[in-house]
Amino acid sequence: MSKVVIVDSALEAVAGIPDGATLLVGGFGSAGQPVALIEALLEGGARELTVVSNNAGNGDHGLAALIRQARVRKIVCSFPRQSDSWHFDAAWRAGAIELELVPQGTLAERIRAAGAGIGAFFTPTGFGTPLADGKETRVIDGRGYLLEYPLRGDVALIAAHKADELGNLIYRKTARNFGPIMAAAAGTTIVQVDDIVPVGALDPEHVVTPCLYVDRVVRVDRNLAMSGDIL
Amino acid sequence: MSTLTGISKDALARIVAADILPGSFVNLGIGLPTRISNYLPPDSGVMLHTENGMLGMGPEAANDEIDPDLVNAGKVPVTELPGASYFHHADSFAIMRGGHLDVCVLGAYQVSARGDLANWHTGKPGDIPAVGGAMDLATGARQTFVMMNLLTRDGRPKLVSECNYPLTGLACVTRVYTDLAVFLIQPDRVVVRDLFGVDFSTLTTVLEIPLVDQTQKAAP
Repeated sequence: MSKVVIVDSALEAVAGIPDGATLLVGGFGSAGQPVALIEALLEGGARELTVVSNNAGNGDHGLAALIRQARVRKIVCSFPRQSDSWHFDAAWRAGAIELELVPQGTLAERIRAAGAGIGAFFTPTGFGTPLADGKETRVIDGRGYLLEYPLRGDVALIAAHKADELGNLIYRKTARNFGPIMAAAAGTTIVQVDDIVPVGALDPEHVVTPCLYVDRVVRVDRNLAMSGDIL
Repeated sequence: MSTLTGISKDALARIVAADILPGSFVNLGIGLPTRISNYLPPDSGVMLHTENGMLGMGPEAANDEIDPDLVNAGKVPVTELPGASYFHHADSFAIMRGGHLDVCVLGAYQVSARGDLANWHTGKPGDIPAVGGAMDLATGARQTFVMMNLLTRDGRPKLVSECNYPLTGLACVTRVYTDLAVFLIQPDRVVVRDLFGVDFSTLTTVLEIPLVDQTQKAAP
């Protein structure tokens, strides 16, 4: 509907995200995590956020910093516990953050379903386990399934490799992970990229996320972002 | 209980690798199962899938091969092999759930005689639960192999009649590779295929489940 807006700074890219928003945050560990956007969000001050992301932060940057500063009320993820997830661990043990644990494939499919207009779906994953507690079940052709609902975001924050000036995206290697499905599942999709190229410079056969899913794009030097100098 | 000594983790990884058919599409879980890749012959044509969105994963990356955009399920930097492909997370888990992987190999806290798997959560209060892709893999792969020590550090069996750890999946495990024996989980029985440093009768006293001996006996 609306054309993509290319902005000059990560701070500008995340402007207007309100308190209480549900954010879809891309990345698998650090690969594909939109660190610059998250750190700009810290600067921006939104609170009481619900974050949907595979992990609950690594080390001290990005999502971990958002959790450390108590901006996240609830996290929906598959794998919060890692050797370097100390900020989540501390918040969880202090009862300061709510955790909704979702099997990774169910997390991905719930996000995909939200972007694809699916009302709910039955999946075999988790049937007969504690993560099925309270869920509607059905036996189809002799196999047990759980009913799972879509997971939509107000905002998606993702990282891609390159955007063209229309907002078409390509990714790099396993950093693609949640980017394409999150881009489709949020009201506003905000993307940090390594490079912005002219329209026509991306081979249409190689575009992974078509521009209609993308609202704002900012070019970020990832080396600067990791040192915290991007703002 | 006397201490039983079986085979090393690397010897076990070699045995699992030898059981993976050439040309298979395989997912190796984080931790011990990752070692299996060291023993897959380069000409086997086995392609490794990693849940974070890649088929055709190569060995761990070293030095200037390290690329923060190319990691495995354990977030360890890896390499890509010729013929590799990348896909997003929903597709990666559709590959699992859709039954397109021939084999996955996972670690476990416990496996039941029915093939129920417990490997994601100790269930202890205060332990942060983390499931990741374990349930999708266990449920979705055509065959789920488990690779683990047969006994806990304090000597209790991990192959049991009923799991008392929280379950990952029901009746999903088809084989259990351990330091002391290899077990085939069949619809109505547990078959012992190989024994390592222990005889069958000793094994039956260690485990509290009925076992069928199908080890290849030396000619009399």
